[in-house]
Formats: sequence, structure tokens, C-alpha cells
Amino acid sequence: MNNPNRLTKKEGVELFKKADLLELGRMADEIRKELHPEGIVTFIVDRNINYTNICINKCLFCAFWRNENDPEAYLLEKDDLLKKIEETVQLEGTQILLQGGLNPRLNIGYFINLLKEIKNRFDINIHGFSPPEIYYMADRSDLTIRETLQLLKDAGLDSIPGGGAEILSDRVREIISPRKIKSDKWLKVMEEAHRLGMKTTATMMFGSVENSEDIIEHLNAIRTLQDNTGGFTAFIPWSFQPGNTELAKSLNPPLPPFSKRWSGGITKLYPATAVEYLRVLAISRVYLDNINNIQASWVTQGLKLAQVALRFGANDFGSTMIEENVVASTGIHYRVSKEDIIKAIKNAGFRPAQRNTYYKIIRYF
Amino acid sequence: MAGERVSKDEALELFETDDIFSLGTLALHVAVKKNGKKVFFIRNRHINPTNICINRCRFCAFSRSKGEEGAFELTIDEIIQKIHPYYLGLSNPLTPPYSPLTKGGRERDKGGQGRLREVHIVGGLHPDWPFEYYLNMLSVIKEHFPELHIKAFTAVEVDYMSKISGISLEETLLALKRRGLDTMPGGGAEIFNSDIRSRLCPEKISGERWLEVMETAHRLGIKTNATMLYGHIENYEHRVDHLLKLRELQDMTGGFQSFIPLSYHPKGTEIGGSYSSGIDDLKTISVSRIILDNFDHITAYWIMLGEKISQLSLLFGADDLSGTVIEEKITHSAGALSAESMTPEGLTHLIRMAGKIPVERDCFYREVKS
Repeated sequence: MNNPNRLTKKEGVELFKKADLLELGRMADEIRKELHPEGIVTFIVDRNINYTNICINKCLFCAFWRNENDPEAYLLEKDDLLKKIEETVQLEGTQILLQGGLNPRLNIGYFINLLKEIKNRFDINIHGFSPPEIYYMADRSDLTIRETLQLLKDAGLDSIPGGGAEILSDRVREIISPRKIKSDKWLKVMEEAHRLGMKTTATMMFGSVENSEDIIEHLNAIRTLQDNTGGFTAFIPWSFQPGNTELAKSLNPPLPPFSKRWSGGITKLYPATAVEYLRVLAISRVYLDNINNIQASWVTQGLKLAQVALRFGANDFGSTMIEENVVASTGIHYRVSKEDIIKAIKNAGFRPAQRNTYYKIIRYF
Repeated sequence: MAGERVSKDEALELFETDDIFSLGTLALHVAVKKNGKKVFFIRNRHINPTNICINRCRFCAFSRSKGEEGAFELTIDEIIQKIHPYYLGLSNPLTPPYSPLTKGGRERDKGGQGRLREVHIVGGLHPDWPFEYYLNMLSVIKEHFPELHIKAFTAVEVDYMSKISGISLEETLLALKRRGLDTMPGGGAEIFNSDIRSRLCPEKISGERWLEVMETAHRLGIKTNATMLYGHIENYEHRVDHLLKLRELQDMTGGFQSFIPLSYHPKGTEIGGSYSSGIDDLKTISVSRIILDNFDHITAYWIMLGEKISQLSLLFGADDLSGTVIEEKITHSAGALSAESMTPEGLTHLIRMAGKIPVERDCFYREVKS
């Protein structure tokens, strides 16, 4: 934790803006090697189960949400949901990622029952409910965040995914997700979860309207909380996928005045390119000196770039994603099997290993 | 130049290094020395006149035998129809069927993608088509679209034409040139090593013959590209051997414009295997840039590498993104994950975001204004 080379915010911004990408990559690669000298790249076998797409937040960057009366709106039947878990167990999955929209029909009782039922039937880690969902449950039931988390934990919730962080800078949130909880609340949920002994991940969705300062702001908030709690297992940056989103339509052009999309001067909302992705990934590895694992996002970047990401700071390939719906709704489909992932890791020069939620290795390949 | 040149052993070391950052930096240095920050692209489209091929290479998922399901052959008229809307730069290339009465096409659509500069024609070795068919194809294209450059026929096809027509290589190439062939693509090189070649594409011409066709073309003033198919069953030594042979010929003729490493795609091929890794793709770009000190350009062919790795290639020594490429079939039949075409705007954006300067070119790498 006592890193004499720890970057200040100012240094972080400078490095992010100005460093040569290959130099920044080399720095990140060296840090990755120090933290993970065995040359192992891990992944988890899990399935994303999105219990509903009905969401009152209606974020502009999201193509997944639907209004309650939309013909495509859904709430999974319990039996269907349990069947998906059964299939996951059969495929040697160790975790389900259970996430959904903020659906006004569902109260905390629904979730408690659901968690209990899953745990009764299956021995599987439930990685569920991002901070906006937990905050919404608490708010609707007039419970504190801590009480809500305790209830969920007692019912069987094991760990919490880091979604909904987007960019932890409120001026950005104001534009891309005005109805979603602000940064302080996202961080508060994570802090409370960590205090209850639950592990969580942290994410960042970049490539919308933020600038360099916003990105460092985000990394700094995560690093500060991690100093206090140590509860983050991994950091996962991914890029905004503009397909089918309101944000791409409404901002085309212009971008808000503070946004130069940090690589400078563009006026149209393009998806982040490979160069931008690696730059964010590498600065994350360098800045977050207290987080052990950085995930490459093959779901948004494809396998080839994810392989390169393993030399720009990443040491984990995320999930095999037996099912994925949210990114797919933007029109991005990288169909990949577990065997493809194992092969890709090997071909990139690393030893693949399946891990559990807590980064404990279950099996080598 | 001599003395500073990378030797065979040094080239192998470059491939074997784990330090992709130093390798990339070195290659980028070479690229910048040759082309500054410029990165080139061309407005082009692909035409594959037929997928019927007597060679049936083991790495190819495109070819078919005559009569096999999925086999196709285009008439010259169909080829003209495919080029026409793009030649005019129409905003919706699917609209008007070409009428011979509007030959030459002056009615350009200002809202469109801009005018096509080059057509890239490669296809299978058709068992029945006579040499005249190819000559005729060139004449008719030139007649309809006089300003369009034709980059056509790999060394393998040219060798085949010489065989079916019973005339020399030189006569074959001269005839093609007279009818409008401007440049030649670099396909069919695969890997020169004969062991690998006999397992990969036993019916295809040898590496020596490929080089001989290119040498002859260069001597007749026809500029060509060169390629290397990697990531299948070859090893680094085979790649180095391949690159050094290209460098040697280039020393003699100077006729190669660009080198294009082609990453192997396994889907639907006989030899199978896996995709090359993104790291290997970048390494291959860098090592090529460093070894081929007498080539002006290294192309990151985004159809094969994907736009993401292609963009990164610009920081690892590539200075050319090939073209807009409309209707790519060969790589896509082997499981390419890339789009089938890109707009000039899309290419320009990738180049700018890599900190480079986009330059639209013609088929001789001359800058053009769109």
C-alpha cells in the first residue's frame, strides 16, 4: 500500500494525456509482471442473467432498457431464471452475474426470495446487483444502504458487481445518466458492502463525453476507497458502445463544452478506438496501485485487442459469458467460447486458468 | 545501407523478443523516417470474378470446384455493374443500374462517398476461362471507367494465364499491361518455404516462380505489392526466410510498393487451427518494417487484422491502411470478424486517433485530393 511512486492526480492527468502509448504500456506491463510474475491469465466461467430490462433510469448511453409498456419489456419468470442457473452449473460455471434494470414492480422482498431460492437449489456464487439497484431497493423500502445489503447478504448475495459506475464525475453523469445515482452514492454502496465483508469489482465506462480529468477523477475515487476498505477485487474499464443509444443520437453533434474526448478535438461521438482503450487500460494499471487485478474486456474489444491488453496492464480475461445481453443490445457481438478464450490466452503467451469470484484458481489449462 | 542491415539471425531475434515495446518503437522510428506521420489509404473496391479454382489450397475457404455448391463466376457485364455506382461516388450505390448510354459517368453525386480510385481484382484459377476473358475484362473496365486504376491478378493467376495461353510470362504481362493493368497485388506468396508450401498449397506455384513472376512484372514497369500469409503451420524462421527473399528481389528491381502481412484465418479451411494473436500481428508488422528496409510502405490490412489491431499497427510500423475495400469475400469466407467495407471517414478517424495524418492516395501512392 505504501507505493513511493504513487501518482498524484495531477501526475495522472499528465501521464494520461501526454505519455507515448508504448511507454505507458511498458510501465503498465512492468507493474502487471510485478503483481503477477507467474504469467497466468485468469478467467471465470459465468453467465450474465439480466432479470429485467424495465428501467426507470433510462440512461442515454444504454441500449438495453425498455419502458414498462414496451412490447420488448420483460421480467424473467423465476423458472426460466433458475433454468439458466442450472445450465450454468452444468457448464462448470461458478458464478452468476445477476443484474437488471430499476423495475418499479420489484421490491426487496422479491430479491430476498429470489436469492434464497437460488441458494437453496444451487451451490453457486451470486455476484449481483450493482450499486444503482441496491440504492433503489433501499430507497423504495425505506431502509438504509447497510440494512439493505445485510438483508441481501443474509439471503445469499455473495459479492457485488462494479457496474453503474460509468464515470464517477457528476458533470459527466448529469449528461449521460441524469437519473442514475451520483458518484458519492455509488461509492457509499461499495463502502458499506466492503464493510460487511463483501467483495466487489469496480468498472468504468469511458469513451462518451468525459475528458482526461474525469477519467483520473474516477480512478482516484476508486483508489481512495480501496485504501480504506480493500474490498475491490478488480477494476474493469470498458468503452461506451454507441449503437442504438440515445446518447449517440442526441450528441451528434456537438459534445458538451468540457468534453474533448481526451484525445482531442473530435465533434462526433465515435466509439473509442483501440489506441484509446489501451491508453485507459494502461493508466488504470499504473494509477490503481492498490488493486490487484485488471480485466481486459473482450466483450467490447474483441479477442485480438484483449490479447494485446494483456501486455498493457490486464491480467484477467473476465468472464466466458455464457450469456450476455447488455453489450449485445448495442449491436456488438463477439461470439466466443470458453475454448476460444483458453486458446487466445495461450496464443498471447500466457497460461490460462479458470478462477472463482475471489480470484482463487480452480483449474489450469 | 549495407552493414546496418538486419541479418537473418537478428531478424529471428526480433521475432523471438518478448519486448514488444522496444520492437514497436524501433519499427515506428523506421516508419517515421520513411513517411513521417503520414498514413495512407485509398478508395477502392474488390472484385472476385470467380471462386472456382483448380488449386484448392488447404488454407483457403473461398475456393470451390466447378459445379460445387456456392461456386460463382461473374460476367464482364456484372463486373461493370459492380464498379459503376462506386465510380460515380453515388451516395446510395445500390440504386441505378448502369446504362451503357451514360458510359464514362460524369454525373457524380456530391453527397456520396467520393470517387473510386482503384479496383482490386483477384480470383480463382478457372479451368475454362481463356486468357482473352481476362484481357477483355481489363479493356472493358478501362473503356467504361477510364480514370479508374486497375490493380489485378496475383502472380499465381498471371502464371496460370501464361500457361493456358501458351505464351511467355513476359508476353502475358505485356498483354495485360497494354489492356489496362496498372499494378499487381501481392497475393499468392503465402510462405515461400517449399516444405510448408507443399502442406499448405501443393498445387500452387512455387515460391521461386512467384518471385520470378514479380521480377518480370517489375522489369516491365509494373509495380506490385508483396504479401506473406502467417500464423498457420510456419515458424519464425520461415517468416524470416520469406522476408529476406522479398528484400533481395526488391534490391534488384525496386518494383514492390508495399508489403502486406496477412494473418491466417482458420474458419472453414482444411488445415484449421486458430487465429493469430493480436500480439503476433503487431510483432509481424514491426519485424517486417525493420527487415524490409527497401520497401517504402507496410500495410496493415484491416480486413484481416480488424480495425482495432490495424490502428495499433500504426504505432508498430505500418503506414498504410489499404483501402475502403468494398465487398471483400476471400477473408470473410474464412471467418473474418471485420466489416466488409469502411468509409473514408472511418479510416481517417482511426488514423487521427493514432496521432497520425491521414493521406488519401492513388494506386501509386501519390497523394490525391478527395
